[in-house]
Amino acid sequence: MARLLATIEHAVKKPIWDCRMCGQCVLHSTGLTCPMTCPKSLRNGPCGGVREDGTCEVDPTMTCVWLKAQDRSEKMPRPWREEFDDLRPPVDNRLQGTSSWINLLTGRDKVVPAGWESEEPPAD
Amino acid sequence: MPNFADLLTSPEPSRPVITAEFPVMDGGGLPEIAAKLACLTPYVDAVNATDNASAHAHVSNVALAIAIQQYGVEPVLQLVCRDKNRLALEADIMGAALHGITAVSCMTGDDVTAGDEPEARRVFDLDAVQLIRVAAGLAKGHYLSGRPIDPAPKLLIGAVENPAAPPHAYRVRRALKKAAAGARFLQLQICYHPDRLAEFTRIGAATGLTPKVALLPSIVLVKGARSLRYMNKRVPGIHVPDELIDRLAAAPDQREAAYQLALEQATHALSLEGVRGLHFIDFRHDDALGRLCSDLGLPTVRSAPEGNALAV
Repeated sequence: MARLLATIEHAVKKPIWDCRMCGQCVLHSTGLTCPMTCPKSLRNGPCGGVREDGTCEVDPTMTCVWLKAQDRSEKMPRPWREEFDDLRPPVDNRLQGTSSWINLLTGRDKVVPAGWESEEPPAD
Repeated sequence: MPNFADLLTSPEPSRPVITAEFPVMDGGGLPEIAAKLACLTPYVDAVNATDNASAHAHVSNVALAIAIQQYGVEPVLQLVCRDKNRLALEADIMGAALHGITAVSCMTGDDVTAGDEPEARRVFDLDAVQLIRVAAGLAKGHYLSGRPIDPAPKLLIGAVENPAAPPHAYRVRRALKKAAAGARFLQLQICYHPDRLAEFTRIGAATGLTPKVALLPSIVLVKGARSLRYMNKRVPGIHVPDELIDRLAAAPDQREAAYQLALEQATHALSLEGVRGLHFIDFRHDDALGRLCSDLGLPTVRSAPEGNALAV
């Protein structure tokens, strides 16, 4: 069943968002632009290498994923728009290829390393 | 002599803080490090130990930082996410801290395609913002896994940002995210658009990024128009307007014109709110850095090292 859901999800999301099946979907907070299509796989982009014309440092044939994400996120409903600035935790590479729908429902995609601080470090 | 961390975080800065990029090291050994430091040491408070700059392999960042420190200069350990996974990055910070190195600069890094081994596998297990947060965790006494570290390493966490790269209006928000993650200084990428740097610092002050985070704009010392053309074409994120290139190309003395441009940029940067100093990248390797500090009215902070400080 899990495999079937992953297959269905991939069939749905691949054509629309070029889904990479990372298993921890954050499309809602990145303006429905998949950050895993960033060649550097950044979860908190953009990097400092965006070209003057907005194209990608690595692949000059494509617009920077995060430029698009930032632009599109401004058009999202307020809660999602504000989520753009969230500090997204490191990707759990074990979830590669799994269904983010299942992970969302089970809460698995919210699991972060024990040492990942959820709040801002105390002032110096 | 106040250390780098104290200078950067002091509520009432007595003078601008100066850092510089250490030239990349391949061969040459420790004597070459001493020779290169001799050109920088009189003018800087700290020197960045680079981490495979521009995606080219060089002497390791940790080894370089330790060597710099042995000669009596405070290092800033650069950490690039391109080359190492989270385990290796944590190990670098902890390994350097073992030697008393506290200042780190967290960077995502140019892609491997910017280097001379583009066939290499890129890592990017973390991005720079995540690495800042991981470093903050180490400073609080635990690895990313939660496993405790006692005593916790003392760290001054920094990062970089590019005020000139699109999307310009968003750059301060990203800097704020880095600050929220735990960054206390930002070495800003060289910016050939003074209006963009000014806007970045203005918004930074308005949003509370500064003075919480110390800004250190970069100044690159080049010999002439050819270097500007190269950076414009080859360095990701750097854009040099044609008029600046033309200005240098048309000058009767390109070296002097390039120097005057750097002085102009440095003076402008130091005038901006939230700017605590400058970060120098010297591609001239002549007396330009000393001359620039003199023209800016910056003091010579120390004499060049005579030898390995550990021998004392």
